[in-house]
Amino acid sequence: MAEYIIETAKGKWEVVVGLEIHCQIISKSKIFSGASTEFGDDPNTNVSFVDAGMPGMLPVINKECVHQAVKTGLGLNAKINKYSEFSRKNYFYADMPTDYQITQFRYPIVGEGEVKIDLSDGTSKTIGIERMHIEQDAGKSIHDLSPTKSYIDLNRAGVGLMEIVTKPDFRSPEEAGAFLRKLRSILRYLGTCDGNMDEGSMRCDVNVSVRPYGSSELRTRCEMKNVNSVKFVMQAIENEAKRHIEVYENGGTVEQETRQFDPTSGQTKVMRKKEFAHDYRYFPEPDLPPLVLSDEYINGVKAEMIELPDAKKQRFVETMGLTAYDAMVLCENKEIADYFEKAAAGHDAKKVANWMMSDFFAMLNKKRLDISQSPISAENLGRLVELISKEVISGKIAKDVFEIMSETGENPEKIVEEKGLKQVTDSGAIEALVEEVIASNPDNVAAYKNGKTNLAGWFVGQVIKQSQGKANPAMVNKLVKEKLEQ
Amino acid sequence: MSDITKLTAAEALDGLKKKEFTSVELTEAYLHNMENGRKYNAYITECGEKALEQAREADKRYANGTARSLEGLPLGIKDLFCTKDIRTTAASHILDNFIPPYESTVTQHLLDDGAVFLGKLNLDEFAMGGSNETSYFGPVINPWSKDKDLVPGGSSGGSAAAVAAHLCAASTGTDTGGSIREPAAFCGVTGIKPTYGRCSRYGIVAFASSLDQAGPIAQDVRDCALLLNSMAGFDDKDSTSCNLPVPDYTSFLAEDIKGLVIGLPKEYRPEGLNAEVAAYWDKAAEMLKARGAIIKEISLPHTKYALATYYVLAPAEASSNLARYDGIRYGYRADAKGEHLDELYIRSRTEGFGKEVKRRIMIGTYVLSAGYYDAYYLKAQKMRRLIYNDFMEAFKQCDIILTPTSPITAFPIGDESMLQNPINMYLNDVFTVSINLAGLPAMSLPIGLAQNGLPLGMQLIGKPFDEGTIFNVAAKLEADAKFERK
Repeated sequence: MAEYIIETAKGKWEVVVGLEIHCQIISKSKIFSGASTEFGDDPNTNVSFVDAGMPGMLPVINKECVHQAVKTGLGLNAKINKYSEFSRKNYFYADMPTDYQITQFRYPIVGEGEVKIDLSDGTSKTIGIERMHIEQDAGKSIHDLSPTKSYIDLNRAGVGLMEIVTKPDFRSPEEAGAFLRKLRSILRYLGTCDGNMDEGSMRCDVNVSVRPYGSSELRTRCEMKNVNSVKFVMQAIENEAKRHIEVYENGGTVEQETRQFDPTSGQTKVMRKKEFAHDYRYFPEPDLPPLVLSDEYINGVKAEMIELPDAKKQRFVETMGLTAYDAMVLCENKEIADYFEKAAAGHDAKKVANWMMSDFFAMLNKKRLDISQSPISAENLGRLVELISKEVISGKIAKDVFEIMSETGENPEKIVEEKGLKQVTDSGAIEALVEEVIASNPDNVAAYKNGKTNLAGWFVGQVIKQSQGKANPAMVNKLVKEKLEQ
Repeated sequence: MSDITKLTAAEALDGLKKKEFTSVELTEAYLHNMENGRKYNAYITECGEKALEQAREADKRYANGTARSLEGLPLGIKDLFCTKDIRTTAASHILDNFIPPYESTVTQHLLDDGAVFLGKLNLDEFAMGGSNETSYFGPVINPWSKDKDLVPGGSSGGSAAAVAAHLCAASTGTDTGGSIREPAAFCGVTGIKPTYGRCSRYGIVAFASSLDQAGPIAQDVRDCALLLNSMAGFDDKDSTSCNLPVPDYTSFLAEDIKGLVIGLPKEYRPEGLNAEVAAYWDKAAEMLKARGAIIKEISLPHTKYALATYYVLAPAEASSNLARYDGIRYGYRADAKGEHLDELYIRSRTEGFGKEVKRRIMIGTYVLSAGYYDAYYLKAQKMRRLIYNDFMEAFKQCDIILTPTSPITAFPIGDESMLQNPINMYLNDVFTVSINLAGLPAMSLPIGLAQNGLPLGMQLIGKPFDEGTIFNVAAKLEADAKFERK
């Protein structure tokens, strides 16, 4: 693939990036309590005594969260660890009621895995997953409601998170962006996380270092916390890499630190120096026994696995004749892929794909609709393509029919029938029109006969116009030529 | 009528059943004793009115034939159990205004069986101590005190003293390193710490989660069986509670001990062991032998490491468990308006916790710190496993283990050597902590009086979940020892 090399007057550099992504688990209740995980409820309404860290309260693992984590692990082609353990990460903060976070440290539930990413030049690359563990989220501190007070909302405290840690395999901002999109796509397919970075249900920490191009060393990295969009992640990598290079080229050393990305300036600034790094005093959580999963359980989850974007994409290319690019676009979102498959069933899949990639997406975009809100059902889009394939209507008429469908949601067969848009394929009728056009344009006929043969197109256009677009263009073409040659 | 508060719980229940007296009469008699016995400082909170209400309810049930197993029996509850709408302090200033909106599972079981709660009993602050001197509410006085005020032992000092002084029919305690057994021994009463996981920890203010276990303190072995019948049982709100059937512990009392092998660990007879303690130990073994039991010397080779192991692990867990007392959501909050959040934590905790609690938080924080974890915490965990293995090996050769409960009798309040060097205080736990580290059940029952006129206790240690054998052997030992209660 195209390499991402940062060239300066002094040399060539490459970037080394690893990501840590916190993904909120989709589950009805929190990971260690029975409180609801509903987003957007009134502050502190979804809080149990456990979430509030009341004396004597104990965590109980939510089986649904474990199930979702195993599913996600399988989706990342990762090893599911039959033995995992919870640990406490100790630190004081007002939105962390127990003043420790229950997480997994030495023994995570998911081990090494890999995810394939597709790049803009058509190549793909495999990104290694280091591990994935499950843990609880903290609450939210709100500092801007009062000049003298801070407010705490514990609705989010205790919501289940999956933390996915990649290997330092990214060599460009593009790769990191492609990974995040692919990860989001996989999570949404699986229904284990909704992947909304702007709502914070997926949050990304970015670890960046640089090294001279061609070297294999790993230099000091800086971590940028909670970068909340794919675009910002890419921007943060780009700017942080530049900062490192500048430091090195000016004879300095990069210090390991935690930095904050500022979306308005695109720059990063120091949040916490290494010497102020917390000592989290991890130790095994004594309130929870180790999490032991049987082969039977893991196989049960495997049996529930659905076709994921990579496999679907391959199938669309191999059995439905789509291009790799079309297949990738249609597979990124499961609802779109499902819509496509439904629409393409029994029809020309390639044509259905073309319609979706152009007019259909443009229509949704214009109307600001989600695919689930599409006025045109998948079945009707399939029917429209079928009408074109069977030459019942021309491609041009089809666009008009599509327009009507997008307003009324009606069956295209019905629209064509009612509006009399059926293509005229009766050779007698077309012949009559051709003769009429020829008869009323003797000058052009003469010109044609004198060698201006490209006027044939003009005659075809006139005939189709006369037919109000309904005449079958191929037949018109053929008859025009025949008549003009006579 | 003779003093009904001198009856055992079993006798009192019998009297209630036979309508020899009412629960209101019994409760009033105890409330009267409590009033006259305030010098012992056994109760932190008295709930006379509520108790009488419960007693009236109990009397109705006796009248209409719906009485339950502990109907109308007045109990004292260690102030470490959260009791709904009744202040629960853990004997700490940091919780001295805390009223839980929930009930611990163990106390709920007792309520469900008809028990009456007289009030909340004094203890060492957060159950950290062996003399009840660390309580924010002042020390409890051992009812056996003569010229000098003696400690009742700890941490369940109030629970043991209240039973000895007939300020309740029986009480609940918790035991992390000997906190039921040592005070039971010092006060000449009987207490059992069941197997870890037998009683739910839900709603009990946590000290060291992997060691804490609730149990009863009562006049005799039968009373302990009656109470444990109610307190024990699986709880899905505590992931470390065990889903095993709870047998009727009173059913073991009449079994004989012929052929049972009683192990005497040689490591519990170090050079310099108090001669009286050693003599009573031999005497107890003789009593059991006379009833057909086989006495066998066994070895628990890692015993000498138990105290060090305990005083690493218990503070480690405590340092994390007590983090939640931060002044943010409940409990004591220092006046730190307008200052940094850290200042609020520091001041609330500095003012809210006592000296011993702070000492243990410091030790625990230290042993979990980066760079010290492997040397202390991890090593202690390994030693814990070896100590457990010792017991499992021993139980291949014997059915139950007999040891003294404590190397000494109750000592005066304010003992200089112990106050100056906490290690001297910790040494009193030498016979009890191993049992918590191994998660085993163990009972202390009085065997006789030392020369100084103070009670000495014997400890019976059972296999995991074999409390039954403990009750069987203890009943025989109790019958032969003929200890005269207060």
